[in-house]
Amino acid sequence: MKGKNNGKPLEARKASPLVVSLSAVFLGIVAGCVFILCIGKNPFAGFERILFGALSNTRRIGNTLGMSTQLILIGLSVAFAFKTGLFNIGASGQMLMGGITGSILAYYLPMDMPRFIYLPIIIIAAMLAGAFWGFISGFLKAKFNVHEVVSTIMLNWIAYWICYDFIPRFIIDPTISVKSKPIETVHTLRADWLTELTGFSTLNYGFLLSIIMCVIVWFILQKTTLGFNLKAVGSNRFCAEYAGIKVNRSIMVSMAIAGALASLGGLTYYCGYSNIMEMGKMPNEGFDGIAVALLGNCSPVGIFFSAIFFGILKMGRGSLAATGIPTEIADTIIATIIYFTATNVILASFWNGIFHRSFSRKEDAVLAYMKSRNDNTPVEKLTKEEFRLYAKEGKALAKAEKEGK
Amino acid sequence: MLGIRKEFPGIVANDDITLQVEEGEIHAVLGENGAGKSTLMSILFGLYHADKGIIKVRGREVNIKSPNDAFDLGIGMVHQHFQLVHNFTVAENIIMGKEGGFVYDIKKASRRIKEISERYGLSIEPDMVIEDITVGMQQRVEILKMLYRDADILIFDEPTAVLTPQEIDELMQIMRNLAAEGKSIILITHKLDEIKAVADRCTIIRRGKLIGAVDVATTSVEEMAAAMVGRPVSFKVDKDIAKPGKPVLEVRNLSVMNSKKVLGVKDFSLTVRSGEIVGIAGVDGNGQTELVEAIAGLRKCESGSIIFNGRDITDADIAERNAMGLGHIPEDRQKRGLILNEPLTANMVIKKFTESPFSHHGILDYQEIRKYSASIIDKFDVRSGEGVDSLAGKLSGGNQQKAIIGREITADPDLLIAVQPTRGLDVGAIEFIHKQLVDERDRGKAVLLVSFELDEIFNLSDRIAVISGGELIDIVETSSTDEHEIGLMMAGIRRG
Repeated sequence: MKGKNNGKPLEARKASPLVVSLSAVFLGIVAGCVFILCIGKNPFAGFERILFGALSNTRRIGNTLGMSTQLILIGLSVAFAFKTGLFNIGASGQMLMGGITGSILAYYLPMDMPRFIYLPIIIIAAMLAGAFWGFISGFLKAKFNVHEVVSTIMLNWIAYWICYDFIPRFIIDPTISVKSKPIETVHTLRADWLTELTGFSTLNYGFLLSIIMCVIVWFILQKTTLGFNLKAVGSNRFCAEYAGIKVNRSIMVSMAIAGALASLGGLTYYCGYSNIMEMGKMPNEGFDGIAVALLGNCSPVGIFFSAIFFGILKMGRGSLAATGIPTEIADTIIATIIYFTATNVILASFWNGIFHRSFSRKEDAVLAYMKSRNDNTPVEKLTKEEFRLYAKEGKALAKAEKEGK
Repeated sequence: MLGIRKEFPGIVANDDITLQVEEGEIHAVLGENGAGKSTLMSILFGLYHADKGIIKVRGREVNIKSPNDAFDLGIGMVHQHFQLVHNFTVAENIIMGKEGGFVYDIKKASRRIKEISERYGLSIEPDMVIEDITVGMQQRVEILKMLYRDADILIFDEPTAVLTPQEIDELMQIMRNLAAEGKSIILITHKLDEIKAVADRCTIIRRGKLIGAVDVATTSVEEMAAAMVGRPVSFKVDKDIAKPGKPVLEVRNLSVMNSKKVLGVKDFSLTVRSGEIVGIAGVDGNGQTELVEAIAGLRKCESGSIIFNGRDITDADIAERNAMGLGHIPEDRQKRGLILNEPLTANMVIKKFTESPFSHHGILDYQEIRKYSASIIDKFDVRSGEGVDSLAGKLSGGNQQKAIIGREITADPDLLIAVQPTRGLDVGAIEFIHKQLVDERDRGKAVLLVSFELDEIFNLSDRIAVISGGELIDIVETSSTDEHEIGLMMAGIRRG
């Protein structure tokens, strides 16, 4: 049965998630170009502006990474829930819960508290608040079979109104009565050395936290029994149940972890990237995170890069205005990319089709070459190297054969 | 069908297969599971497209792109799982999709259905509602559906799996009638005695390759089996007389709800002792699923109790039952038994990944997991494209089942519940699995076997419990009964 290829038969390449994501990005950018052309502007100038706005100096790079920080964390949150078969649309509400917890603590904790004690306190407190918020959805799903999409959206609005009440009650800025009082820099996640390094950008410790979280999420999903457990429930809950895995508990744990990640994103957003909370504002980043997770194929590494990509678009779009191109173009590109990522099956089959055609062409060449040498080894028995070599050698032969017909 | 070739990634499902069926002939297609029978039929029925080869119907080369093309050519298929609407009448089900215009004439259709039914001896009343008729009759409605559409070539996909022995005899007679009227029948099956009983010729496929077409009358069952598997096979399961020991599983007056919220199992009592195989005989859907799910912990009990190794486990959770030594080969291997988009490694330790040596303090040890998985797939001859890294969903049904059985037996349970352990498998795999179950028994384990195939029940069981309508009809020693008696009990008739 087994050939020389460790039992792995030679076959056409399969489109990897990376190829699919990159094609979605490419198509999104093409669509963006078309839109810019439609309004009679130069698309290259547009993209040049976006890149200029996002990356042209260290401060801008810092801001872009600062923006990407929450996108990474929200993307991780959505992806983590997704691996357990849950759709977390509640990242916005979880962000608000993390933000309000962090902001209130920043307001009331003593200013002279050492940072190495203060920072862990707000980080843990914010994550616990988000974990609780996510847990509610998980609990409702496990005990009463309330779909998490419904409950997370509802909880978004509950969080929204909690903030609406808590901001004026606890942390209001008396001069501007719709915003919280700006948090002192020592009580945000900003770090002097990061701020100075990047020319006073918004980059903060949150970015390091997001990288750590990428590693932790990867570790949980790939290396631990907890990850095994959650993935089993996500892939086939009937089999998980049969195997004795407590499905309901897994759902609650997964939503709690997803909530904690999103609320950490909220903390970095409200107490790092910015230092105020506005009343009556639902953060868009909660929904952008879904796009980040989709484009990143729900893998931590993918999410890291897709979040930075979206960060570039979001930071760079401000500079578009100078060219007369509406900034909404950047949002349109993001939306188009989401569409293309959501239809990844079509993209994958497109590439698979191309790979398959090129493979069968090579196979024909190999056969022609082997025929010319009276070699009767079945194609399946060839090693990869032989296959490649024969394909090269037989190319002309196969062509001649075809033309001969 | 001439020189059909179909490749899937990594596997040639059909390699130059030729199948010639004559008019008025019952032609069996025999092959191991994963041999390519289903692929071949799917190509004929327009679900797949062949890479090479041609299909000729009545001498004319045709291009079948979809099941509709197949219908137009007079090719009909009776699927293993019936495609009927349960609260519609027979006539409504049959004309569905063939109503012929906005206003349809059900009376006219009924007359024609009655006519066809009488002509082929199907004895179907067009006004009956599907949910009120037996499974055997539902199957005949499926046949009628094909005949109503003027199908001349009828494909039967494993048609006897859901029938009682008496119903199987009736179906055989119907097939003979159809053939006598000039219809061509393709019978896909792995049951050799059925081929022997009804088929004229038989095409044998092994691992995607054509072995040959044989004349059934002049070929012995043993020869056909050997051709299919590639080596001689034995049908009788060699086993000594059971030496039952202490009771391992005691089910006492158990009642369980089914999914429709009515009692699926009623006041059921049963004891399985160590060192014996107890078979539960019954027609599909008579409470077997509910009974097994209750014992395995997947379904709540209404009343009664389940005692396992002397402990009451009626309310224990599944993990506890697994840890106590309850093994379960589930009925639906793709839904319950495996995670199809995970590799075999994960599937082999799905019940044990929290235990040493597969994980320490919550961290998985992939080396141990791979080693363990490799030993199972090696010992149980699970064939897969990429070894332990193959996704479970990429395996053929037989190999999936072997993987599940390997996992359950390797866990060394005190009680092994096997539900339809050989459904859809080939003779070679069945022989292997039967031997494994008997070995378990001989090692002093208790085995509870649920099967819809009487042959299997008779071959393996030391005692047979018959279930009908959720009730225990009787428990008898295998040596003191026969298929006819069990068949009557399966229909709910108690011994006098």
